[in-house]
Amino acid sequence: MPREQVSWLPPDSPLFSYARPSTLAEALALLERHGDGANLLAGGTDLVVELRNRSRRPEVVIDLKRVAEIQPAITNTGRSLTITAATSMTDVQENEHVGAHFPALVDAAATVGSIQIRNRATLAGNICHASPAADTAPALLVYDATVNLASARGTRTLELEGFFVGPRHTALQVGEIVTSIELPLPRERRAAQFARITRRRGVDLATINLCCMVEAGGRTRFAYGAVGPRPFVVADETGVLADPSASDGAKDEALRGLIARANPISDVRGSREYRAAMLLVMSRRALRACIEKLRAA
Amino acid sequence: MRIHVTVNGTEREVDVVESSTLLDFVRDDLHLTGTKECCDLGECGACTLLVDGRAINSCLMLAAEVDGGEITTIEGLSKNGKLSPLQDAFLAKGAVQCGFCIPGQVMAAHHLLQRNPHPTLDEVKEGLSGNLCRCGGYVQICEAVLAASEAS
Repeated sequence: MPREQVSWLPPDSPLFSYARPSTLAEALALLERHGDGANLLAGGTDLVVELRNRSRRPEVVIDLKRVAEIQPAITNTGRSLTITAATSMTDVQENEHVGAHFPALVDAAATVGSIQIRNRATLAGNICHASPAADTAPALLVYDATVNLASARGTRTLELEGFFVGPRHTALQVGEIVTSIELPLPRERRAAQFARITRRRGVDLATINLCCMVEAGGRTRFAYGAVGPRPFVVADETGVLADPSASDGAKDEALRGLIARANPISDVRGSREYRAAMLLVMSRRALRACIEKLRAA
Repeated sequence: MRIHVTVNGTEREVDVVESSTLLDFVRDDLHLTGTKECCDLGECGACTLLVDGRAINSCLMLAAEVDGGEITTIEGLSKNGKLSPLQDAFLAKGAVQCGFCIPGQVMAAHHLLQRNPHPTLDEVKEGLSGNLCRCGGYVQICEAVLAASEAS
């Protein structure tokens, strides 16, 4: 029996053309010209798979890695850290500013795929792909990340939570490019903890993931992934979670209130019930880790 | 399109199909078939090679993306017909069973040892977590990487 035709590459006829703009203006002009027919390439670890299985059939792939304005860079402006769209997970993991001010993002980035993936995959791409299970999303959410966008019509900035619209769906409009992700530098002492459950250690999508942040002033927030159509952030308005005199029972009650917004599905990685149960367990552990870190600091 | 790329130390000027992956380019155009094609999803690591010194899955890159850069494949590790100490360690420890995953394992281990010449066993496991071995030879593979690191 002849092998199923899987070749996606008739050698002589490219399936799409490849463009490599060197300035943002050039990239935006290309995007303006091709609209929906263009796909943006940064790390490529999601896109190339989709090009190959033909779930995406663009006219042109626009490679953003040599666009001067978004070449890999992490800049400390004194008020925030700006991470350009072409910056890889490895670059994020190894950057001293990220390590000093946003350690939970380092921990989250370190769980994405394998070393080979992290050497290519970008932080911006992880956000733009908008998987509900995106591992960097919970950390970025508790760190109050904003997303800088540019189009031929101008620029705008969105809070990350609003950038996520649904599974694989963002607020990006046709003609828009994410140019960078911005993280405000901390104004008070705080501690954050990333946590994740996977079926196997290494190279697996998260069954659930979360990030907890406790501020010295007593505010606690959690961001949750893989337990709803998009990652989301919730805050403990009662202050009970960070209160050292509060009982475990009172804290559990507050945590149950926070995770009530989760609406997990059952899939190959876990049932709805398992996810909901683990959400409470992992939240407790992350909260405890944050409080210990704050005390130790 | 025409790209300029340094392949295992030799500069090349070559035409690539714009939609071709780096993996297809390396195997079909450069005829460097040590790099293996397997899952085509970035999960198995059989297609691992180095681009500008970093281990990557060549199935997840377009050939056009390496224009101006440098690639090192498994064929580039041996010098003057002599295997590298890491490759020798794989043989000495019996880490090669069917062999299909080994070029990728070796390239990932090579990248690991360049960045961390004396890794712990846990660091070796993490360094190779993007490489699957269907024969299940992980114990010997890790032993080989540790042996190579001790010899250096």
